Amino acid sequence: MILGNLNLSWAIDGWIIAVGVLAAVAAALLGNFLVLRRMSMLGDAISHAVLPGLAAAFLITGSRHSVPMFVGAVIVGILTALLTEWIHHYGQVDEGASMGVVFTSLFAVGLVLIVRAVDHVDLDPGCVLHGAIEMSPLDTWTIAGFTAPRVAVVLSAVLLTNLTFVIVFFKELRISSFDPSLATTVGVNAVAMHYALMTLVAVTAVASFEAVGNILVVAMLIVPPATAYLLTDRLSVMVLLSAVIATISAVVGHLGAIAIPVWLGYSSTHTAGMMAVASGGLLVLAILFAPRQGVIAKWLRQRLIAMEVFQEDVLGLLYRAAEHDHTATLSTDQLIQRLQSSRWTVGMALRTQRQRGLIESINECHSLTAHGVEAAQGLVRAHRLWEHYLVDRAGMDAAAIHLQAERFEHVTDRALRDRLDEETSATAHDPHGKAIPDESGSAD
Amino acid sequence: MRRFRCVAMLALALGAVSACASTQLLATTLLPTTLLPTGDLPSNLRGEGPAETIDWLRVLTLRDYNTRIVVLGTTLLGLGAGVVGSFTLLRKRALLGDALSHATLPGIALAFLIANALGSDGKHLPVLLLGAAVSGVVGVGAILAIRRLTKLKEDAALGIVLSVFFGAGVALLGLVQQSASGNAAGLESFIYGKTASLLASDALMIGVAALLCLAVATALSKELRLLCFDATYAAALGYPIGLLDATLMGMVVIITILGLQAVGLVLMIALLVIPAAAARFWTESTNGVTLIAGGLGAASSLMGSLLSAALPRLPSGAMIVLVSTALFVLSATVGTRRGVLRRWGRRRRFERAIHVEHLLRAVYEIAEVAGAGAERLAVPIDRLLRVRSWSSERLRATIAHAQRESLVQRLTQGGVRLTERGSLEAERLTRQHRLWELYLITHADIAPARVDRRADAIEHVLEPETIARLERLLESRTTEAPPASPHALATGTSHGSKTPGAAP
Repeated sequence: MILGNLNLSWAIDGWIIAVGVLAAVAAALLGNFLVLRRMSMLGDAISHAVLPGLAAAFLITGSRHSVPMFVGAVIVGILTALLTEWIHHYGQVDEGASMGVVFTSLFAVGLVLIVRAVDHVDLDPGCVLHGAIEMSPLDTWTIAGFTAPRVAVVLSAVLLTNLTFVIVFFKELRISSFDPSLATTVGVNAVAMHYALMTLVAVTAVASFEAVGNILVVAMLIVPPATAYLLTDRLSVMVLLSAVIATISAVVGHLGAIAIPVWLGYSSTHTAGMMAVASGGLLVLAILFAPRQGVIAKWLRQRLIAMEVFQEDVLGLLYRAAEHDHTATLSTDQLIQRLQSSRWTVGMALRTQRQRGLIESINECHSLTAHGVEAAQGLVRAHRLWEHYLVDRAGMDAAAIHLQAERFEHVTDRALRDRLDEETSATAHDPHGKAIPDESGSAD
Repeated sequence: MRRFRCVAMLALALGAVSACASTQLLATTLLPTTLLPTGDLPSNLRGEGPAETIDWLRVLTLRDYNTRIVVLGTTLLGLGAGVVGSFTLLRKRALLGDALSHATLPGIALAFLIANALGSDGKHLPVLLLGAAVSGVVGVGAILAIRRLTKLKEDAALGIVLSVFFGAGVALLGLVQQSASGNAAGLESFIYGKTASLLASDALMIGVAALLCLAVATALSKELRLLCFDATYAAALGYPIGLLDATLMGMVVIITILGLQAVGLVLMIALLVIPAAAARFWTESTNGVTLIAGGLGAASSLMGSLLSAALPRLPSGAMIVLVSTALFVLSATVGTRRGVLRRWGRRRRFERAIHVEHLLRAVYEIAEVAGAGAERLAVPIDRLLRVRSWSSERLRATIAHAQRESLVQRLTQGGVRLTERGSLEAERLTRQHRLWELYLITHADIAPARVDRRADAIEHVLEPETIARLERLLESRTTEAPPASPHALATGTSHGSKTPGAAP
């Protein structure tokens, strides 16, 4: 057991994981709509704006009390979204660029404010990056006799708010994410939804800021929803999946932060960073193994289609060989040479077609069975009908049509063959003078 | 065009001043490097100024060795970042620098760890920069791979690479902090910058990188412009799009990793984005954007670092960004091409012209209804007021504009009369209006009662060629006089009756 030598203490690690899960799920819920609206980077911009918000709130109120700090940071977060929109709209600046202008400027303001007030604030720059999730179990609140870390309570409230928002406004969010103009026509205020979403993103970023730091918020806003997006086409499923993925990332991230550095001879590292890495790992898995859009699934599908096409080509070749002499067979070597393929591929194709009962082989000499003839007939018929059609109707040169017909023959079904037959006035010969076979099963 | 040239000259001048200052510095700075004690350079991340009491003259004439280095390094960085940023902006990849600079962190940390494990000094700068470059390139590759392999869009790809790489960097930094050599504080300067403690060697490297980027941008100016303007067309012309894109990203990588330790991560993004976005307000030409962005970048770095040197407790990285933000706001407001004021003014002028045209046609039509040959009839104001839904202030202002252009005469008894010129103009406008109305009725099957408003919207923007085509389409009406109105005209007579127009 890999984790066997870990000293997990549920009082501490349990709370750390709980805080991580709360922050991750809260962010991921909202992130779905950011990813769908192609506004992922706005999450990044808003979470950078937390810094000037905190600094400004501190300078104005002069206290480190958490309520004004919270409000200040949220206001600046919303301001980021507003200013970005304004510069994009009134200044006709590219959206990404206007985002870049706004959040870097606000960040610079924040830095200046912090440096001006540096003697009084203990805002550790490192804390901005990776937070202090490891410290979270130490600062507790007791509510109704139940003691929990302060951050966990705050994040639970935020998660609950986000969850309620997503459930209550699910329909509105869906329609305004996919088609804002349609949303406006059917009476959904897309602009209001946009700013409600931005406000909650800002609230989530600020609430998570202290515990898990800037970077985990950005990661959880974008990566789990992006992963879920690859796994499903339904929004409701995507939202659920993103929450599950966020949870897994948080758990795996914390365990990884404790376990992995130990293998390399260090002690544990920042949990928040590892949580982001874990979510990235899950995304890579999804990119590779997603059932429909995964790289491997796509590759397999392509191979299968290519194999299918190749198997049909074998049938066609055997049919043409036997066209004049019904007893003619082709040897494996001849097939390899004519199809310009490898022995292995041809062998695979022959095996499959033998199993389907389309080809029979005697001493490495192959011919079509009765079923095989039927299947090949349709194929060759499609090929020659297409050739005829391309010359006759599309006006192509007879020398150039073979490859086209070769491609079309594999995707032409019975109905289309009949249609082609009609279009080419039921001709009996293709442009090369070869007979077009009849539909199998029809009277000769 | 002349205005653009002025702006371009101004930007160039700013850039040139910065560059001159820099080259002069280069000579005076780099020679005595070994002679000067470098140990007592203020090496704090927060960039406190030299002293509370400021000798402005001393700062501005760059008498401090340290100030010279900082100003030289940041100005060259601003120049290079502005030039590179202009291409990424036009390529609609403004935030690429954002993702990229975040993606360098794991490389930096890993390079440190590996170098340490191999027993050499982890903080050796070239090693760290090599690590940064490698992981930056891997990050860009990951963005391209996500774009190619999945249905995720550019923004998600940027966000994913940014956050996951940075997360990995943070996790690795956690290990760096435990490393045997103890303090790893130097690495954090890649995130927050250490402008105030730039060394001459840093400035030299930045200078070389900036010049390299400038050289590449100049040499490939045409190709890069084409890439930004229309990548598909460029591909069709046979340009190696992938290679050009890689070159552009390579320039972003180089300028970013060298800028990182100078101004820090977030502020490096600012230098790539803000000057380019600001330059866009001044010109429509791609070359212009590049030149002005370079100029603005150099100027804001120069001013920002000087301000930071002159005033206490202002971090120079942040000051550079704030100066460039100020320049951005200035450009957005008064920029000669797309500035808000400029476009607002254009819009107002256009609206004013439309109102004047409405006035002319109203006067003409009232006179027309009153009887043929009375085009120069005096029309009372209150009657005009009833013809269109315009407020009396608007009408008065419009009459004043038309009067200034000597299109109408204000009569002492309170009426308005078309001048000779105004009459001709009104005739032309009415003709356009009615031709369009007739077109709508005969060719677009719109009811005569509804064509007036539609024609109202389009009459102001009809080109002479369109008028000629309308005439050909409607065949008969080739006379210079406007055709009769196809619908009843509002005349604003006291009882509000509508006199039917004569049948065509």
